[in-house]
Amino acid sequence: MIRGIVRYLDERSGSAPLLRKGLRYVFPDHWSFLLGEVALYCFVILVATGVYLTLFFDPSTAPTVYHGSYAPLRGVEMTQAYRSVVDISFSVKAGLLIRQTHHWAADVFVVSIVLHLLRVFFTGAYRKPRDLTYLIGVTMLVLALLEGYLGYSLVDDLLSGMGLAIGYGVALSIPVVGANLALLIWGAPFPGGAEFWSRMYIVHVLVLPVLIGTLLAAHLLLVAARHHTQFRGPRASERRVVGIPAFPGQAPRSLALALFVAAVLVFLGGLVQINPIWLWGPYHVASATNGAQPDWYLGWLIGALRLMPAWDFTIGSHTLVPNPFWGGVLFPGVVFGFLYLWPWLERRVTGQHGWFNLLDRPRDRPWRTAIGAAMVSWVLIVFLAGSADRVAVTFGVGYADQIWVYRVLVWVVPVVVLVVTRRICGELIAGERVEAVRRRAEAEAAAPPPRSTIAD
Amino acid sequence: MIGRLKDLLVALAVLLLGRRRPGGDPEAERIVPPGSPDRRAEAWVLALFGLATAGSIAFLVVYALDPLAHRTQLLGVALGVALAALGAACLVIATRLVVTEELEEPYPAEHVGDQDAVAQLVAESGDRITRRRLLTLGGAAAGGTLGLALLAPALAVGPVFDTDELAKTPWRRGRALVDEAGRRIAADAIEEEAFYTAFPEGADRETVGAPLVVVRLSPDALHLPPERRGWAPEGIVAYSKICTHAGCAIALYRKPTFPAVEPRPAFVCPCHYSTFDPATGGTVLFGPAGRALPQLPLLVDRSGNLRAAGNFSGPVGPSWWGVRSRKARGA
Repeated sequence: MIRGIVRYLDERSGSAPLLRKGLRYVFPDHWSFLLGEVALYCFVILVATGVYLTLFFDPSTAPTVYHGSYAPLRGVEMTQAYRSVVDISFSVKAGLLIRQTHHWAADVFVVSIVLHLLRVFFTGAYRKPRDLTYLIGVTMLVLALLEGYLGYSLVDDLLSGMGLAIGYGVALSIPVVGANLALLIWGAPFPGGAEFWSRMYIVHVLVLPVLIGTLLAAHLLLVAARHHTQFRGPRASERRVVGIPAFPGQAPRSLALALFVAAVLVFLGGLVQINPIWLWGPYHVASATNGAQPDWYLGWLIGALRLMPAWDFTIGSHTLVPNPFWGGVLFPGVVFGFLYLWPWLERRVTGQHGWFNLLDRPRDRPWRTAIGAAMVSWVLIVFLAGSADRVAVTFGVGYADQIWVYRVLVWVVPVVVLVVTRRICGELIAGERVEAVRRRAEAEAAAPPPRSTIAD
Repeated sequence: MIGRLKDLLVALAVLLLGRRRPGGDPEAERIVPPGSPDRRAEAWVLALFGLATAGSIAFLVVYALDPLAHRTQLLGVALGVALAALGAACLVIATRLVVTEELEEPYPAEHVGDQDAVAQLVAESGDRITRRRLLTLGGAAAGGTLGLALLAPALAVGPVFDTDELAKTPWRRGRALVDEAGRRIAADAIEEEAFYTAFPEGADRETVGAPLVVVRLSPDALHLPPERRGWAPEGIVAYSKICTHAGCAIALYRKPTFPAVEPRPAFVCPCHYSTFDPATGGTVLFGPAGRALPQLPLLVDRSGNLRAAGNFSGPVGPSWWGVRSRKARGA
């Protein structure tokens, strides 16, 4: 029967040689290589659950009065968008499960992309001939952040409205063109024209998913075209890749991973409440709630916005750079600029223009590891600053005091991390050298002494 | 008839339960190396398939039963068990039922000959062109202008060049302040140490220029700039409720519960904790906001209600390029 199917395909597409080669494609084996795959499966689940949600979601700001099954909101005036998501949560069978799974999948999607990125960075997997693959990957991360932000903005609950207000403030703060850009996107001053919701919707459900999907396809094709990287091993070298074949070894492993990812997301969606929008209520320009936190992957941006001192860059009475620009545009701009430029920068500085199929251990490249760790600590401190309000409420530490501490730490910690990481890498390498020398000495001591030639 | 059925059942049972001898042509060279059967692993896979089937059936049953407490949780657990069991089955297949091979393969290299050929091919194709620079320029002009022409309609999506809209507010002299329910607000109803949200009477509330925060301060605590004398009748001050940092609503009023630590009342925005001083004209005390909160001059009319005595002291909402040289304008 298999033979029949293959013949059917080959006669019509000539793909038997490709198929034969593809089934024996070699996958090097290391747990950290699975992180990208987790992101891939999250994306698939996001598309599947997302399509289901569009069957019920109404992207309209037309006003309505709620008369559904959730008693506390009955009689409340709200938009059709918010009403439809409350209905998905309470009236559509399995609607809440799918909605929560969708939201969890988005959060895990970004987690896995970030971990995958860290793995690729610290092992040097981004180097030629895979630098293009890497740049596409970083672009997908940017798009994923935007896609997630739009996703929870569409709901039009109180939190999503506050998030949009901040997005509007950040757009407005861009020098020279900010006001024009914000009006272009929103269609009118905040909260924007009625068209704004259709725009967010089409971008969230079509434009960005198609872009991400296309880049994903390109990313995977490029990975396959240059083969996977691998760690150094007895047989693994710069010239030969060693691993498990796609079939029969890798296929059931990958399928298992896909199913486990789906299982975890469905468990989370069913058992762990996320974004209970019915508690927030509908958004109004005049409303806000205390203790609002965005989804985790925007925590670094809210931290940056909160951390900035009250600096507007002005000349005379002319505002050049309003404050949200620093935390909302410049900070992520620097972080992503670093990520985009790093492969080129490293090539320039080290003068290594060759091909790299073997991965580095982080300790083998002390400077790269130290700079990367410093960068991570910089973003992490800003991220933590975003939680200062919760810390203030929970532990009673003054909010302003914490912010002042963070304003210092944000410059001190990366330098300390840089120096310490550099040192740790050096120590590890030195330790290995000592160990190697000791082993050699032991081996020589254990071996029988060379027979001395005795002169007659 | 019954005998026939019995034969059929027996045949079916044999087909399902009987074990298969290793197949394939023993003479032919193998691609996948041989391995010995693992009956225990097969039993595990079978059990996991069973569990997955049970999970899926449970999901269907929970879905079909109508009103059920904790339906979301039950659905999640049922579907999760089905997926996890199937995943585990795949893992057993991968590690125990198929042979784990270690293959090696050369990394692909670049194709220098083909690279040269492509470059040569393109170069030779343009051999006949004599005025290459001029043609390139002409082509670029045609392509670039076409691009602009195609992009232009996109400008219709927003009032791109008219940023005056940003400075407009519904407030003007004489407009009454109303509360959430639309009732006019009497000056006497505003108490100290409390925080009121007000809206313009008869105007759209869902704009950045509409909502106000109103508080009463003791007149000797007020230190408004001299040109704002008379803006705070009886010590009642009104400010835009929209933070000048990123446009959230200022929903917190910090009154000095512990005067030693918190010296004065302040408005706080819950988004990024910009803190404004109502006593000094909305100046920034802490946090990222770079511009004072715009103040609305108030008056008390003959029936004792609050009304606007003009428009805001400056543009409302988050800042943009040149915001300080703008004035708040009536709609």
